[in-house]
Amino acid sequence: MLRATVFVRYREGVDDPEGKHIKKALNLLGFSQVRDVGVAKTYEILLDVDGEEEAEKLVEEMARKLLVNPVIHEYEVQYERV
Amino acid sequence: MVRVAVLRMEGTNCEMESLLAFSRLGAEAEYVHINEVERGRKHLEDYQILFFPGGFSAGDYVRAGAIFAARIKASFMRDLVKFVDEGKLIIGVCNGFQILTELGLLPAVDGAVSDEPQAALTTNDSTKFECRWVYVRNEDRGKCVFLRRYGEGEIIPLPVAHAEGKFVVRDENTLNKMIEEGQIAFRYVAPDGGKATYPWNPNGSVHDIAGICNPQGNVLGLMPHPERAFFRIQHPDWTRDTWEGDGAGKRIFQAAIEYAGRKL
Repeated sequence: MLRATVFVRYREGVDDPEGKHIKKALNLLGFSQVRDVGVAKTYEILLDVDGEEEAEKLVEEMARKLLVNPVIHEYEVQYERV
Repeated sequence: MVRVAVLRMEGTNCEMESLLAFSRLGAEAEYVHINEVERGRKHLEDYQILFFPGGFSAGDYVRAGAIFAARIKASFMRDLVKFVDEGKLIIGVCNGFQILTELGLLPAVDGAVSDEPQAALTTNDSTKFECRWVYVRNEDRGKCVFLRRYGEGEIIPLPVAHAEGKFVVRDENTLNKMIEEGQIAFRYVAPDGGKATYPWNPNGSVHDIAGICNPQGNVLGLMPHPERAFFRIQHPDWTRDTWEGDGAGKRIFQAAIEYAGRKL
């Protein structure tokens, strides 16, 4: 089996209001080094397939059909054999 | 008699006041669970108006409205597109607007349903759940069936209640097309009609957009809740007698029923 870890984040240029608020909070806590915070959603998907190629195809379809709105999001996937 | 389907799925809310808005105006409205359509127990073709209530649906996991939209895409999307092509009416309020956008039924700038979303309703700039009354101005120039009872440029009070209502488009081109085509239905305004900054624009929507319709004018999506502004006494200021008559949202339902009764 394969575990696909899908990170869905805002595309560059799209506002990330949650990230902005978290950055502000971290700055207020004294972490003056924090320049930017981006919030991403992570999906850990356990797939009953063996080949990474097949998994890639499936995850791409999942992203298109549900996980991602391409107007605001981009995504990245990491695969791990389990 | 005009038949209305108020669609719902697991975790839908606000369907009751939406259904009552139609039935109080003489339409025959009923709840239709999407499973009933999927299993062929109820058919979209039996209705003239579809209403997507809001609220929430499916816990609003992933993104607000995304799961509702995905479920429809997986089953009766073709029937829904046919419904639109026949000129029948669809309204999506709040979560319903999010669903219609995810489905590609709005803004549908090229006139047809888009395979991919052309817009998104994303997290409010404030990152808060904004639940209060705002002012919106009728921007319609005769295209949108649902807004026919509002005067040109009329400003009305409506309540919003959402955390993900910031309307954004992929690129400037999409927005310009929408403006050119007259697809902007409602824009947030300040009480004096001036430019809406926060809190009058509750979410940071581009162009202060509160509601849009498709190029054919038979699909409307809006973030404010007209079904919660049906009676005058639903407005918190009603005892001050600042205006006469009904709640400002009622006219959307009246216009839809009138149109459906005459033409569909």
